[in-house]
Amino acid sequence: MTAGLAAATVAAADLSGRGGPGFLSPTGAEVAFVLIGLVVLGSALLVVTTSQIVHAALWLVVTLGGLAAEYLLLTAEFIAWVQVLIYIGAVVVLLLFGLMLTRAPIGRSTELDSLKRWPAVLVAVGATATLLTVVVDAFHSAYLDLGKTDDGSARVTGESLFRVWVLPFEVLSVLLLAALIGAIVLSRGRADADGKGR
Amino acid sequence: MNPANYLYLAALLFTVGAAGVLLRRNAIVVFMCVELMLNATNLAFVTFARMHGNYDGQVIAFFTMVVAAAEVVVGLSIIIAIFRSRRTASVDDANLMKW
Amino acid sequence: MTAHGYFSTYALVGLVLLVGGGFVSVAFAANRLLRPHAPNVEKLMTYECGVDPVGEGWAQTHIRYYIYAYLYVIFAVDAIFLFPWATVFADPGFGTTTLVEMFVFVGFLAVGLLYAWRKGVLTWT
Repeated sequence: MTAGLAAATVAAADLSGRGGPGFLSPTGAEVAFVLIGLVVLGSALLVVTTSQIVHAALWLVVTLGGLAAEYLLLTAEFIAWVQVLIYIGAVVVLLLFGLMLTRAPIGRSTELDSLKRWPAVLVAVGATATLLTVVVDAFHSAYLDLGKTDDGSARVTGESLFRVWVLPFEVLSVLLLAALIGAIVLSRGRADADGKGR
Repeated sequence: MNPANYLYLAALLFTVGAAGVLLRRNAIVVFMCVELMLNATNLAFVTFARMHGNYDGQVIAFFTMVVAAAEVVVGLSIIIAIFRSRRTASVDDANLMKW
Repeated sequence: MTAHGYFSTYALVGLVLLVGGGFVSVAFAANRLLRPHAPNVEKLMTYECGVDPVGEGWAQTHIRYYIYAYLYVIFAVDAIFLFPWATVFADPGFGTTTLVEMFVFVGFLAVGLLYAWRKGVLTWT
């Protein structure tokens, strides 16, 4: 947090000193990255630790929205808005429906966490150590020029999609068809049999 | 800026999701944690796309989101089917195949 | 688009979000400061047509709502693909092939819709 504040003051000094064409300078984008990243991590931790199950879904919305903002900072415009539409608009709604259908306990519940914590902690520490080591080792000298944008608009994605990725695109339609039919079979199968519900 | 910052964020997010999958008992919350992990990989893909000025990473992130949506549709149907027969949404209680 | 153009455009969006959030929170904070605050059990009870509420507000929904929810998800994903397609299919180098590819994609999903219709999923029982 102190790093973020320091960066913010630096950015403020930079902004007042320059007064350039845009009021969010590349340094501003870095500050925004740090702040949004903290929000994303904090809300992700709350998804994993909160004792109210519906709140987990709502914190997931914050995490996904923050990630959409990070995609915007990476100039992946189209992906960011797809994230908002598919994840926040559709997947989270579906998860909430799932919670309501399975009679998820509202309010606090103590039975949310598994009793086997040590394997989880072990995996978490191991995964962090491995991933951070790899990232540090591979990218310690990489540099991203924030001044140069090649924006990932819908046009750019479309060109790539329909020129290079046509077969995966068609396969995805089969996948969606399979998912649709599978979901219908799974949710209809016993609906007629037990036929109750309110 | 160093793009590794984005990769650190992705790594930490992936870790949080992985820990959540092992820690949580409600199957739907486990799903949410899986979504966190998928999003972490998406962030890494988009970062790589930005680093190399190549849009393939973005297209793959797009595909990942679509596949994740399909996965959630089928997965939640399975969870609801389990709930209908066993009256529970806890992953610990779906132990019919346990030896 | 230049970097400054891109970032300042979205900075403006962020600013609008901040101002909007600030507006709502200031309004609610002012409301909280100005109103009298004297709750009792009767006042905090859920209002249900004038009679005392029975049971709790968190009921299990019926599976048919879930069916519509996942139909929505599948076709939202389908619609997402139309955006990049619509921006490029008229460009040189795309044309009829891209048009046909999209119709194949939509055709597969139409088969799914047909299946749902034949199974009677779409009728509201």
